[in-house]
Amino acid sequence: MNQFYTPTDHFSLLPALLLALFGCAILMLDFFVLPHPRQKRWLIFFALLGEFFAGLALYRQYRFLEDQSIPALRAFSDGLIIDGFSIFFNAIFVAAAVLVAIISYRYLEVEGEHHGEFYGLILLAQCGMYFLASGTELVTIFIGIELMAVTFYILVGFLRSDRRSNEAAMKYLLLGAFSSGFLAYGFSLLYAITGSTRLPKIAAELAQRPATDPLLLLAIVTTLVGLLFKVGAAPFHMWAPDAYEGAPTPVTAYLSVASKAASVAVLVRLFLGTLAPHRINWEPMLAVAVVLSLTIGNFSALSQTNLKRLLAFSSISHAGYILLGLIAGNRTGLTGICIYLFVYTFMNTGAFLVLISLRQKGMTGDDIDDLNGLIHRSPGHALLMALFLLSLGGIPPTAGFIAKYYIFLSLVETGHYALAITAALFVAVSIYYYFRIVRAMFLNEAGQLLPALPGWGARVGFAVTALATLAIGLYPEPIIRFAGTSLLR
Amino acid sequence: MLHPITSNHYLVLSAAMLIIGTLGVLTRRNIVIVLMSIELILNAVNINLVTMSHHWQNLHGQVFAIFVITVAVAEAAIGLGILIALFRNKETVQADEIDLLKW
Repeated sequence: MNQFYTPTDHFSLLPALLLALFGCAILMLDFFVLPHPRQKRWLIFFALLGEFFAGLALYRQYRFLEDQSIPALRAFSDGLIIDGFSIFFNAIFVAAAVLVAIISYRYLEVEGEHHGEFYGLILLAQCGMYFLASGTELVTIFIGIELMAVTFYILVGFLRSDRRSNEAAMKYLLLGAFSSGFLAYGFSLLYAITGSTRLPKIAAELAQRPATDPLLLLAIVTTLVGLLFKVGAAPFHMWAPDAYEGAPTPVTAYLSVASKAASVAVLVRLFLGTLAPHRINWEPMLAVAVVLSLTIGNFSALSQTNLKRLLAFSSISHAGYILLGLIAGNRTGLTGICIYLFVYTFMNTGAFLVLISLRQKGMTGDDIDDLNGLIHRSPGHALLMALFLLSLGGIPPTAGFIAKYYIFLSLVETGHYALAITAALFVAVSIYYYFRIVRAMFLNEAGQLLPALPGWGARVGFAVTALATLAIGLYPEPIIRFAGTSLLR
Repeated sequence: MLHPITSNHYLVLSAAMLIIGTLGVLTRRNIVIVLMSIELILNAVNINLVTMSHHWQNLHGQVFAIFVITVAVAEAAIGLGILIALFRNKETVQADEIDLLKW
Protein backbone atom coordinates (compact mmCIF):
# COMPACT_ATOMS: atom_id res chain seq x y z
CA MET A 1 0.00 0.00 0.00
CA ASN A 2 2.72 2.43 0.94
CA GLN A 3 4.65 1.98 -2.27
CA PHE A 4 5.57 5.42 -3.55
CA TYR A 5 6.85 4.65 -7.01
CA THR A 6 5.40 1.50 -8.50
CA PRO A 7 6.32 -0.01 -11.89
CA THR A 8 2.96 1.25 -13.18
CA ASP A 9 3.90 4.77 -12.16
CA HIS A 10 7.22 4.45 -13.95
CA PHE A 11 5.57 3.05 -17.07
CA SER A 12 3.10 5.91 -17.26
CA LEU A 13 5.74 8.56 -16.58
CA LEU A 14 8.44 7.21 -18.90
CA PRO A 15 7.85 9.45 -21.98
CA ALA A 16 7.96 12.59 -19.85
CA LEU A 17 11.06 11.35 -18.02
CA LEU A 18 12.83 10.71 -21.32
CA LEU A 19 11.88 14.13 -22.67
CA ALA A 20 13.10 15.88 -19.50
CA LEU A 21 16.31 13.81 -19.49
CA PHE A 22 17.16 14.53 -23.12
CA GLY A 23 16.10 18.17 -22.77
CA CYS A 24 18.41 18.77 -19.82
CA ALA A 25 21.17 16.68 -21.43
CA ILE A 26 21.07 18.91 -24.50
CA LEU A 27 21.45 22.01 -22.31
CA MET A 28 24.51 20.42 -20.66
CA LEU A 29 26.03 19.08 -23.89
CA ASP A 30 25.62 22.45 -25.54
CA PHE A 31 27.52 24.11 -22.72
CA PHE A 32 30.28 21.63 -21.89
CA VAL A 33 30.84 19.16 -24.74
CA LEU A 34 29.86 20.90 -27.98
CA PRO A 35 30.49 24.62 -27.40
CA HIS A 36 31.69 25.33 -30.95
CA PRO A 37 29.07 26.83 -33.31
CA ARG A 38 29.89 24.25 -35.99
CA GLN A 39 29.08 21.41 -33.60
CA LYS A 40 25.50 22.55 -32.96
CA ARG A 41 24.18 20.29 -35.72
CA TRP A 42 24.82 17.26 -33.52
CA LEU A 43 22.37 18.58 -30.97
CA ILE A 44 19.48 18.32 -33.42
CA PHE A 45 20.25 14.60 -33.87
CA PHE A 46 20.29 14.26 -30.10
CA ALA A 47 16.89 15.96 -29.89
CA LEU A 48 15.50 13.62 -32.55
CA LEU A 49 16.92 10.67 -30.61
CA GLY A 50 15.05 11.87 -27.53
CA GLU A 51 11.85 12.16 -29.56
CA PHE A 52 12.42 8.65 -30.91
CA PHE A 53 12.72 7.14 -27.42
CA ALA A 54 9.74 9.12 -26.14
CA GLY A 55 7.71 7.97 -29.13
CA LEU A 56 8.77 4.39 -28.45
CA ALA A 57 7.65 4.67 -24.82
CA LEU A 58 4.31 6.06 -26.00
CA TYR A 59 3.94 3.22 -28.49
CA ARG A 60 4.55 0.72 -25.69
CA GLN A 61 1.79 2.38 -23.67
CA TYR A 62 -0.51 2.10 -26.68
CA ARG A 63 0.34 -1.60 -27.17
CA PHE A 64 -0.18 -2.24 -23.46
CA LEU A 65 -3.70 -0.78 -23.52
CA GLU A 66 -4.51 -2.74 -26.68
CA ASP A 67 -3.12 -6.05 -25.41
CA GLN A 68 -4.80 -5.84 -22.03
CA SER A 69 -7.90 -4.34 -23.69
CA ILE A 70 -8.40 -1.96 -20.79
CA PRO A 71 -9.65 1.59 -21.44
CA ALA A 72 -7.24 3.37 -19.13
CA LEU A 73 -4.29 2.92 -16.82
CA ARG A 74 -4.21 5.05 -13.70
CA ALA A 75 -0.97 5.83 -11.87
CA PHE A 76 0.27 7.90 -8.91
CA SER A 77 -3.04 7.25 -7.11
CA ASP A 78 -5.15 9.06 -9.72
CA GLY A 79 -2.50 11.68 -10.50
CA LEU A 80 -1.84 10.50 -14.06
CA ILE A 81 -3.99 8.60 -16.52
CA ILE A 82 -2.85 6.77 -19.63
CA ASP A 83 -5.73 6.33 -22.03
CA GLY A 84 -6.29 6.57 -25.77
CA PHE A 85 -6.96 10.29 -25.42
CA SER A 86 -3.61 11.05 -23.79
CA ILE A 87 -1.74 8.85 -26.27
CA PHE A 88 -3.44 10.53 -29.24
CA PHE A 89 -2.53 14.01 -28.02
CA ASN A 90 1.01 12.98 -27.19
CA ALA A 91 1.35 11.63 -30.73
CA ILE A 92 0.40 15.12 -31.96
CA PHE A 93 3.06 16.69 -29.71
CA VAL A 94 5.76 14.29 -30.93
CA ALA A 95 4.87 15.02 -34.56
CA ALA A 96 4.90 18.78 -33.95
CA ALA A 97 8.19 18.73 -32.01
CA VAL A 98 9.98 16.61 -34.63
CA LEU A 99 8.77 18.83 -37.47
CA VAL A 100 9.79 22.00 -35.61
CA ALA A 101 13.23 20.59 -34.74
CA ILE A 102 14.07 19.71 -38.33
CA ILE A 103 12.81 22.97 -39.83
CA SER A 104 14.53 25.26 -37.29
CA TYR A 105 18.11 24.42 -38.22
CA ARG A 106 18.47 26.60 -41.30
CA TYR A 107 16.24 29.36 -39.90
CA LEU A 108 18.46 29.80 -36.84
CA GLU A 109 21.55 29.82 -39.08
CA VAL A 110 20.08 32.62 -41.19
CA GLU A 111 19.11 34.60 -38.09
CA GLY A 112 22.60 34.12 -36.64
CA GLU A 113 21.16 32.94 -33.31
CA HIS A 114 22.06 29.27 -33.41
CA HIS A 115 22.20 28.21 -29.78
CA GLY A 116 21.81 24.64 -28.62
CA GLU A 117 19.30 25.57 -25.92
CA PHE A 118 16.66 25.85 -28.60
CA TYR A 119 16.37 22.09 -29.05
CA GLY A 120 16.51 21.46 -25.31
CA LEU A 121 13.69 23.93 -24.72
CA ILE A 122 11.54 22.29 -27.41
CA LEU A 123 11.83 18.97 -25.58
CA LEU A 124 11.16 20.53 -22.17
CA ALA A 125 8.04 22.28 -23.48
CA GLN A 126 6.84 18.93 -24.79
CA CYS A 127 7.48 17.42 -21.35
CA GLY A 128 5.04 20.00 -19.93
CA MET A 129 2.50 19.12 -22.62
CA TYR A 130 2.73 15.45 -21.64
CA PHE A 131 1.36 16.32 -18.21
CA LEU A 132 -1.42 18.37 -19.76
CA ALA A 133 -2.59 15.46 -21.89
CA SER A 134 -2.40 12.83 -19.15
CA GLY A 135 -2.55 14.70 -15.83
CA THR A 136 -5.69 14.18 -13.73
CA GLU A 137 -4.59 16.17 -10.75
CA LEU A 138 -4.71 19.94 -10.37
CA VAL A 139 -1.10 20.47 -9.24
CA THR A 140 0.20 18.23 -12.04
CA ILE A 141 -1.84 20.10 -14.64
CA PHE A 142 -0.76 23.48 -13.26
CA ILE A 143 2.94 22.55 -13.28
CA GLY A 144 2.58 21.11 -16.79
CA ILE A 145 0.96 24.25 -18.13
CA GLU A 146 3.62 26.43 -16.49
CA LEU A 147 6.52 24.30 -17.74
CA MET A 148 5.11 24.66 -21.24
CA ALA A 149 4.39 28.38 -20.89
CA VAL A 150 7.73 29.36 -19.32
CA THR A 151 9.73 27.55 -22.02
CA PHE A 152 7.59 29.22 -24.68
CA TYR A 153 8.33 32.68 -23.20
CA ILE A 154 12.02 31.97 -23.73
CA LEU A 155 11.52 30.49 -27.20
CA VAL A 156 9.41 33.47 -28.36
CA GLY A 157 12.16 35.85 -27.25
CA PHE A 158 14.91 33.67 -28.67
CA LEU A 159 16.18 36.28 -31.16
CA ARG A 160 17.80 38.33 -28.42
CA SER A 161 19.05 41.21 -30.55
CA ASP A 162 15.78 41.54 -32.48
CA ARG A 163 13.52 44.13 -30.84
CA ARG A 164 10.38 42.59 -32.30
CA SER A 165 11.22 39.26 -30.70
CA ASN A 166 11.90 40.95 -27.32
CA GLU A 167 8.59 42.78 -27.52
CA ALA A 168 6.66 39.67 -28.48
CA ALA A 169 8.18 37.74 -25.56
CA MET A 170 7.40 40.54 -23.10
CA LYS A 171 3.77 40.83 -24.18
CA TYR A 172 3.33 37.06 -24.23
CA LEU A 173 4.87 36.75 -20.78
CA LEU A 174 2.77 39.50 -19.18
CA LEU A 175 -0.53 38.18 -20.54
CA GLY A 176 0.48 34.52 -20.14
CA ALA A 177 1.47 34.97 -16.48
CA PHE A 178 -1.72 36.94 -15.88
CA SER A 179 -3.81 34.10 -17.31
CA SER A 180 -1.83 31.52 -15.29
CA GLY A 181 -2.79 33.51 -12.19
CA PHE A 182 -6.46 33.22 -13.11
CA LEU A 183 -6.11 29.51 -13.83
CA ALA A 184 -4.38 28.92 -10.48
CA TYR A 185 -7.14 30.89 -8.75
CA GLY A 186 -9.76 28.70 -10.39
CA PHE A 187 -7.88 25.57 -9.34
CA SER A 188 -7.58 26.86 -5.76
CA LEU A 189 -11.35 27.40 -5.67
CA LEU A 190 -11.98 23.89 -6.99
CA TYR A 191 -9.82 22.66 -4.12
CA ALA A 192 -11.67 24.95 -1.73
CA ILE A 193 -15.03 23.50 -2.75
CA THR A 194 -14.07 19.82 -2.78
CA GLY A 195 -11.05 19.45 -0.50
CA SER A 196 -9.19 17.39 -3.06
CA THR A 197 -6.87 18.05 -5.98
CA ARG A 198 -7.60 14.81 -7.86
CA LEU A 199 -10.07 15.13 -10.71
CA PRO A 200 -12.08 11.91 -10.07
CA LYS A 201 -12.68 12.93 -6.45
CA ILE A 202 -13.49 16.51 -7.48
CA ALA A 203 -15.98 15.23 -10.07
CA ALA A 204 -17.71 13.06 -7.46
CA GLU A 205 -17.98 16.00 -5.03
CA LEU A 206 -19.12 18.53 -7.63
CA ALA A 207 -21.89 16.26 -8.93
CA GLN A 208 -23.69 16.80 -5.61
CA ARG A 209 -23.35 20.57 -5.69
CA PRO A 210 -26.19 22.86 -6.86
CA ALA A 211 -25.43 24.65 -10.12
CA THR A 212 -26.13 28.03 -8.53
CA ASP A 213 -23.30 27.83 -5.98
CA PRO A 214 -21.51 31.21 -6.38
CA LEU A 215 -18.11 29.81 -5.40
CA LEU A 216 -18.43 27.10 -8.03
CA LEU A 217 -19.48 29.66 -10.63
CA LEU A 218 -16.42 31.79 -9.83
CA ALA A 219 -14.21 28.69 -10.08
CA ILE A 220 -15.63 27.83 -13.51
CA VAL A 221 -15.26 31.40 -14.80
CA THR A 222 -11.64 31.83 -13.69
CA THR A 223 -10.57 28.38 -14.92
CA LEU A 224 -12.24 28.96 -18.27
CA VAL A 225 -10.66 32.41 -18.65
CA GLY A 226 -7.21 31.00 -17.89
CA LEU A 227 -7.55 28.16 -20.37
CA LEU A 228 -9.11 30.25 -23.16
CA PHE A 229 -6.07 32.54 -22.88
CA LYS A 230 -3.79 29.57 -23.47
CA VAL A 231 -5.88 28.28 -26.38
CA GLY A 232 -5.82 31.74 -27.94
CA ALA A 233 -9.59 32.15 -28.20
CA ALA A 234 -11.27 35.56 -28.22
CA PRO A 235 -11.84 37.68 -26.13
CA PHE A 236 -8.50 36.59 -24.62
CA HIS A 237 -6.56 36.49 -27.89
CA MET A 238 -4.67 39.81 -27.65
CA TRP A 239 -1.29 38.17 -27.17
CA ALA A 240 -1.55 35.88 -30.17
CA PRO A 241 -0.95 38.21 -33.15
CA ASP A 242 1.99 39.97 -31.44
CA ALA A 243 3.61 36.80 -30.16
CA TYR A 244 3.17 35.05 -33.51
CA GLU A 245 4.63 37.94 -35.48
CA GLY A 246 7.64 38.60 -33.28
CA ALA A 247 8.61 35.01 -32.50
CA PRO A 248 11.06 33.03 -34.66
CA THR A 249 8.87 31.36 -37.31
CA PRO A 250 9.52 27.73 -36.22
CA VAL A 251 8.49 28.73 -32.69
CA THR A 252 5.35 30.36 -34.10
CA ALA A 253 4.49 27.05 -35.76
CA TYR A 254 5.13 25.12 -32.53
CA LEU A 255 3.15 27.64 -30.49
CA SER A 256 0.18 27.57 -32.83
CA VAL A 257 -0.17 23.78 -33.05
CA ALA A 258 1.31 22.06 -29.99
CA SER A 259 0.55 24.61 -27.28
CA LYS A 260 -3.01 24.98 -28.58
CA ALA A 261 -3.53 21.19 -28.68
CA ALA A 262 -2.20 20.79 -25.12
CA SER A 263 -4.51 23.47 -23.75
CA VAL A 264 -7.48 21.96 -25.58
CA ALA A 265 -6.63 18.59 -23.99
CA VAL A 266 -6.95 20.18 -20.53
CA LEU A 267 -10.19 21.90 -21.52
CA VAL A 268 -11.65 18.59 -22.68
CA ARG A 269 -10.58 16.70 -19.57
CA LEU A 270 -11.85 19.36 -17.19
CA PHE A 271 -15.03 20.48 -18.89
CA LEU A 272 -16.28 17.28 -20.50
CA GLY A 273 -15.07 15.15 -17.59
CA THR A 274 -14.98 16.84 -14.22
CA LEU A 275 -17.32 19.77 -14.82
CA ALA A 276 -19.74 17.94 -17.15
CA PRO A 277 -22.63 18.01 -14.62
CA HIS A 278 -22.41 21.82 -14.59
CA ARG A 279 -22.64 22.21 -18.35
CA ILE A 280 -25.51 24.67 -17.89
CA ASN A 281 -23.00 27.09 -16.32
CA TRP A 282 -20.17 26.90 -18.80
CA GLU A 283 -21.84 26.21 -22.12
CA PRO A 284 -23.16 29.79 -22.67
CA MET A 285 -19.75 31.30 -21.79
CA LEU A 286 -18.00 28.93 -24.17
CA ALA A 287 -20.52 29.69 -26.92
CA VAL A 288 -19.84 33.43 -26.54
CA ALA A 289 -16.09 32.80 -26.73
CA VAL A 290 -16.57 30.68 -29.88
CA VAL A 291 -18.68 33.26 -31.71
CA LEU A 292 -16.25 36.04 -30.73
CA SER A 293 -13.25 33.95 -31.86
CA LEU A 294 -14.85 33.25 -35.23
CA THR A 295 -15.85 36.90 -35.71
CA ILE A 296 -12.65 38.58 -34.52
CA GLY A 297 -10.33 35.95 -36.03
CA ASN A 298 -11.87 35.97 -39.48
CA PHE A 299 -12.65 39.68 -39.84
CA SER A 300 -9.28 40.85 -38.49
CA ALA A 301 -7.47 38.45 -40.82
CA LEU A 302 -9.11 40.17 -43.81
CA SER A 303 -7.10 43.37 -43.36
CA GLN A 304 -3.67 41.94 -42.46
CA THR A 305 -0.64 42.54 -44.66
CA ASN A 306 1.81 40.49 -42.61
CA LEU A 307 1.46 36.75 -43.24
CA LYS A 308 2.39 35.69 -39.73
CA ARG A 309 -0.23 38.03 -38.28
CA LEU A 310 -2.76 36.75 -40.80
CA LEU A 311 -2.05 33.16 -39.79
CA ALA A 312 -2.31 34.25 -36.13
CA PHE A 313 -5.83 35.57 -36.67
CA SER A 314 -6.68 32.49 -38.70
CA SER A 315 -5.45 30.36 -35.77
CA ILE A 316 -7.80 32.31 -33.46
CA SER A 317 -10.69 31.36 -35.73
CA HIS A 318 -9.47 27.74 -35.83
CA ALA A 319 -9.56 27.77 -32.02
CA GLY A 320 -13.20 28.76 -32.39
CA TYR A 321 -13.94 25.77 -34.64
CA ILE A 322 -12.16 23.39 -32.25
CA LEU A 323 -14.12 24.70 -29.26
CA LEU A 324 -17.35 24.08 -31.20
CA GLY A 325 -16.62 20.38 -30.79
CA LEU A 326 -16.46 20.97 -27.03
CA ILE A 327 -19.87 22.64 -27.08
CA ALA A 328 -21.38 19.71 -28.97
CA GLY A 329 -19.63 17.46 -26.44
CA ASN A 330 -20.78 14.14 -27.89
CA ARG A 331 -18.63 11.35 -29.33
CA THR A 332 -18.57 12.86 -32.81
CA GLY A 333 -17.56 16.21 -31.34
CA LEU A 334 -14.63 14.66 -29.50
CA THR A 335 -13.55 12.77 -32.62
CA GLY A 336 -13.82 16.08 -34.45
CA ILE A 337 -11.57 17.85 -31.92
CA CYS A 338 -8.96 15.09 -32.13
CA ILE A 339 -8.95 14.98 -35.95
CA TYR A 340 -8.97 18.77 -36.22
CA LEU A 341 -5.92 19.16 -33.98
CA PHE A 342 -4.08 16.34 -35.74
CA VAL A 343 -4.74 17.75 -39.19
CA TYR A 344 -4.07 21.32 -38.05
CA THR A 345 -0.61 20.27 -36.85
CA PHE A 346 0.42 19.33 -40.38
CA MET A 347 -1.33 21.98 -42.46
CA ASN A 348 -0.37 24.91 -40.24
CA THR A 349 3.24 23.79 -39.79
CA GLY A 350 3.40 23.36 -43.57
CA ALA A 351 2.19 26.91 -44.18
CA PHE A 352 4.79 28.30 -41.74
CA LEU A 353 7.43 26.10 -43.38
CA VAL A 354 6.85 27.91 -46.68
CA LEU A 355 7.51 31.21 -44.87
CA ILE A 356 10.65 29.72 -43.28
CA SER A 357 12.10 28.62 -46.60
CA LEU A 358 11.52 32.10 -48.04
CA ARG A 359 13.50 33.67 -45.19
CA GLN A 360 17.04 34.52 -46.21
CA LYS A 361 19.56 37.26 -45.61
CA GLY A 362 18.03 40.62 -46.43
CA MET A 363 14.49 39.34 -46.90
CA THR A 364 11.97 38.42 -44.23
CA GLY A 365 9.37 36.74 -46.44
CA ASP A 366 6.69 37.70 -43.90
CA ASP A 367 4.59 40.07 -46.01
CA ILE A 368 1.98 39.04 -48.54
CA ASP A 369 3.88 41.15 -51.08
CA ASP A 370 6.93 38.93 -50.58
CA LEU A 371 4.92 36.08 -52.10
CA ASN A 372 4.16 38.04 -55.30
CA GLY A 373 4.72 35.83 -58.33
CA LEU A 374 6.06 32.96 -56.24
CA ILE A 375 4.83 30.55 -58.92
CA HIS A 376 7.51 31.94 -61.29
CA ARG A 377 10.29 32.02 -58.71
CA SER A 378 9.75 28.69 -56.94
CA PRO A 379 6.73 26.83 -58.35
CA GLY A 380 7.00 23.96 -55.88
CA HIS A 381 6.69 26.25 -52.87
CA ALA A 382 3.75 28.09 -54.43
CA LEU A 383 1.84 24.85 -55.08
CA LEU A 384 2.54 23.55 -51.57
CA MET A 385 1.41 26.83 -50.02
CA ALA A 386 -1.79 26.66 -52.08
CA LEU A 387 -2.40 23.11 -50.82
CA PHE A 388 -1.95 24.14 -47.16
CA LEU A 389 -4.18 27.19 -47.59
CA LEU A 390 -6.91 25.10 -49.23
CA SER A 391 -6.70 22.73 -46.31
CA LEU A 392 -6.84 25.58 -43.76
CA GLY A 393 -9.91 26.88 -45.57
CA GLY A 394 -11.50 23.43 -45.33
CA ILE A 395 -11.93 22.66 -49.04
CA PRO A 396 -12.13 19.00 -50.17
CA PRO A 397 -10.19 16.83 -50.98
CA THR A 398 -7.76 18.15 -48.34
CA ALA A 399 -7.56 17.06 -44.73
CA GLY A 400 -9.00 20.33 -43.43
CA PHE A 401 -12.36 19.38 -44.93
CA ILE A 402 -12.56 16.12 -42.94
CA ALA A 403 -11.79 18.01 -39.74
CA LYS A 404 -14.46 20.67 -40.31
CA TYR A 405 -16.95 18.03 -41.47
CA TYR A 406 -16.79 16.19 -38.14
CA ILE A 407 -17.16 19.40 -36.13
CA PHE A 408 -20.24 20.46 -38.13
CA LEU A 409 -21.69 16.95 -37.97
CA SER A 410 -21.42 16.94 -34.17
CA LEU A 411 -23.18 20.32 -33.98
CA VAL A 412 -26.05 19.11 -36.12
CA GLU A 413 -26.32 15.90 -34.12
CA THR A 414 -26.70 17.81 -30.87
CA GLY A 415 -29.11 20.35 -32.36
CA HIS A 416 -26.87 23.46 -32.24
CA TYR A 417 -28.16 24.67 -35.62
CA ALA A 418 -27.57 28.40 -35.07
CA LEU A 419 -23.91 27.84 -34.17
CA ALA A 420 -23.46 25.48 -37.12
CA ILE A 421 -24.84 28.06 -39.58
CA THR A 422 -22.72 30.87 -38.08
CA ALA A 423 -19.58 28.78 -38.31
CA ALA A 424 -20.35 27.74 -41.89
CA LEU A 425 -20.76 31.38 -42.93
CA PHE A 426 -17.38 32.22 -41.45
CA VAL A 427 -15.77 29.47 -43.54
CA ALA A 428 -16.75 31.56 -46.57
CA VAL A 429 -15.05 34.63 -45.05
CA SER A 430 -11.90 32.65 -44.34
CA ILE A 431 -11.72 31.36 -47.91
CA TYR A 432 -11.61 34.98 -49.08
CA TYR A 433 -8.42 35.84 -47.20
CA TYR A 434 -6.72 32.52 -47.92
CA PHE A 435 -7.32 33.11 -51.62
CA ARG A 436 -5.90 36.60 -51.35
CA ILE A 437 -2.56 34.90 -50.66
CA VAL A 438 -3.08 32.40 -53.49
CA ARG A 439 -3.84 35.25 -55.88
CA ALA A 440 -0.67 37.09 -54.87
CA MET A 441 1.37 33.94 -55.53
CA PHE A 442 -0.17 33.05 -58.89
CA LEU A 443 -1.37 36.26 -60.53
CA ASN A 444 0.78 39.15 -59.25
CA GLU A 445 3.96 40.21 -61.03
CA ALA A 446 7.15 38.87 -59.52
CA GLY A 447 9.38 41.57 -58.06
CA GLN A 448 13.14 41.54 -57.63
CA LEU A 449 12.91 38.94 -54.89
CA LEU A 450 15.01 35.80 -54.71
CA PRO A 451 13.69 32.23 -55.03
CA ALA A 452 13.44 30.06 -51.95
CA LEU A 453 16.53 28.16 -50.85
CA PRO A 454 16.19 24.38 -50.58
CA GLY A 455 17.52 22.46 -47.61
CA TRP A 456 17.21 18.93 -46.29
CA GLY A 457 15.16 19.97 -43.28
CA ALA A 458 12.67 21.84 -45.43
CA ARG A 459 12.45 18.90 -47.90
CA VAL A 460 11.65 16.39 -45.17
CA GLY A 461 9.24 18.84 -43.54
CA PHE A 462 7.42 19.52 -46.80
CA ALA A 463 7.21 15.82 -47.63
CA VAL A 464 5.66 14.95 -44.27
CA THR A 465 3.24 17.88 -44.01
CA ALA A 466 2.05 17.75 -47.64
CA LEU A 467 1.66 13.98 -47.60
CA ALA A 468 -0.33 14.08 -44.36
CA THR A 469 -2.54 16.93 -45.59
CA LEU A 470 -3.36 15.11 -48.81
CA ALA A 471 -3.46 11.54 -47.51
CA ILE A 472 -5.83 12.27 -44.61
CA GLY A 473 -8.06 14.18 -47.00
CA LEU A 474 -8.24 11.35 -49.53
CA TYR A 475 -8.24 8.37 -47.20
CA PRO A 476 -9.33 9.44 -43.71
CA GLU A 477 -10.39 6.01 -42.34
CA PRO A 478 -7.22 5.13 -40.37
CA ILE A 479 -7.02 8.46 -38.60
CA ILE A 480 -10.76 8.42 -37.85
CA ARG A 481 -10.39 4.96 -36.34
CA PHE A 482 -7.31 6.09 -34.37
CA ALA A 483 -9.21 9.13 -33.07
CA GLY A 484 -12.19 6.89 -32.30
CA THR A 485 -10.17 4.47 -30.17
CA SER A 486 -8.77 7.47 -28.36
CA LEU A 487 -12.21 8.10 -26.86
CA LEU A 488 -12.44 4.92 -24.80
CA ARG A 489 -13.23 6.37 -21.44
CA MET B 1 -17.10 41.58 21.34
CA LEU B 2 -14.92 40.37 18.47
CA HIS B 3 -16.15 37.81 15.98
CA PRO B 4 -13.79 34.89 15.33
CA ILE B 5 -11.99 34.97 11.99
CA THR B 6 -13.28 32.16 9.76
CA SER B 7 -12.28 30.71 6.41
CA ASN B 8 -14.75 33.03 4.72
CA HIS B 9 -12.79 36.10 5.81
CA TYR B 10 -9.68 34.71 4.16
CA LEU B 11 -11.60 33.90 0.97
CA VAL B 12 -12.84 37.51 0.82
CA LEU B 13 -9.28 38.76 1.40
CA SER B 14 -7.97 36.62 -1.44
CA ALA B 15 -10.80 37.72 -3.76
CA ALA B 16 -9.90 41.34 -2.96
CA MET B 17 -6.24 40.63 -3.78
CA LEU B 18 -7.29 39.03 -7.07
CA ILE B 19 -9.26 42.17 -7.99
CA ILE B 20 -6.44 44.54 -6.96
CA GLY B 21 -3.93 42.47 -8.94
CA THR B 22 -6.18 42.37 -12.00
CA LEU B 23 -6.71 46.14 -11.87
CA GLY B 24 -2.95 46.59 -11.53
CA VAL B 25 -2.24 44.48 -14.61
CA LEU B 26 -4.89 46.26 -16.65
CA THR B 27 -4.14 49.86 -15.67
CA ARG B 28 -0.45 50.24 -14.78
CA ARG B 29 1.99 51.10 -17.55
CA ASN B 30 5.29 50.21 -15.89
CA ILE B 31 6.18 46.61 -16.67
CA VAL B 32 7.85 46.04 -13.29
CA ILE B 33 4.63 47.06 -11.53
CA VAL B 34 2.62 44.79 -13.85
CA LEU B 35 4.87 41.91 -12.82
CA MET B 36 4.29 42.81 -9.17
CA SER B 37 0.52 42.79 -9.75
CA ILE B 38 0.81 39.29 -11.20
CA GLU B 39 2.65 38.23 -8.04
CA LEU B 40 -0.27 39.65 -6.06
CA ILE B 41 -2.71 37.41 -7.97
CA LEU B 42 -0.54 34.36 -7.29
CA ASN B 43 -0.40 35.27 -3.59
CA ALA B 44 -4.20 35.50 -3.56
CA VAL B 45 -4.12 31.91 -4.80
CA ASN B 46 -1.74 30.94 -2.00
CA ILE B 47 -3.96 32.46 0.69
CA ASN B 48 -6.90 30.52 -0.72
CA LEU B 49 -4.93 27.29 -0.75
CA VAL B 50 -3.51 27.56 2.75
CA THR B 51 -6.86 28.60 4.23
CA MET B 52 -8.67 25.68 2.69
CA SER B 53 -5.84 23.34 3.61
CA HIS B 54 -6.56 24.28 7.23
CA HIS B 55 -10.32 24.01 6.68
CA TRP B 56 -10.17 20.50 5.15
CA GLN B 57 -7.41 19.36 7.51
CA ASN B 58 -5.29 17.91 4.70
CA LEU B 59 -1.96 18.96 3.20
CA HIS B 60 -2.83 19.07 -0.53
CA GLY B 61 -3.40 22.81 -0.42
CA GLN B 62 -0.11 23.60 1.29
CA VAL B 63 1.82 21.47 -1.19
CA PHE B 64 0.02 23.22 -4.04
CA ALA B 65 0.97 26.59 -2.49
CA ILE B 66 4.66 25.65 -2.48
CA PHE B 67 4.43 24.76 -6.16
CA VAL B 68 2.67 28.06 -6.92
CA ILE B 69 5.48 29.96 -5.15
CA THR B 70 8.08 28.06 -7.21
CA VAL B 71 6.25 28.85 -10.45
CA ALA B 72 5.93 32.52 -9.46
CA VAL B 73 9.69 32.71 -8.94
CA ALA B 74 10.41 31.08 -12.31
CA GLU B 75 8.02 33.43 -14.06
CA ALA B 76 9.50 36.51 -12.38
CA ALA B 77 13.04 35.39 -13.29
CA ILE B 78 12.14 34.90 -16.95
CA GLY B 79 10.12 38.11 -16.98
CA LEU B 80 12.98 40.22 -15.63
CA GLY B 81 15.40 38.49 -18.03
CA ILE B 82 13.25 39.40 -21.01
CA LEU B 83 12.77 42.91 -19.61
CA ILE B 84 16.56 43.38 -19.44
CA ALA B 85 16.96 42.17 -23.04
CA LEU B 86 14.22 44.59 -24.07
CA PHE B 87 15.76 47.45 -22.07
CA ARG B 88 19.16 46.91 -23.74
CA ASN B 89 17.58 47.29 -27.17
CA LYS B 90 14.97 49.90 -26.39
CA GLU B 91 15.82 51.76 -23.13
CA THR B 92 12.31 51.76 -21.66
CA VAL B 93 10.18 49.84 -19.17
CA GLN B 94 6.91 51.57 -20.07
CA ALA B 95 4.42 49.23 -21.72
CA ASP B 96 2.93 51.91 -23.96
CA GLU B 97 6.32 52.78 -25.45
CA ILE B 98 6.76 49.20 -26.62
CA ASP B 99 4.93 49.68 -29.85
CA LEU B 100 6.88 48.07 -32.67
CA LEU B 101 4.23 45.39 -33.05
CA LYS B 102 0.67 46.61 -33.37
CA TRP B 103 -0.65 46.15 -29.81
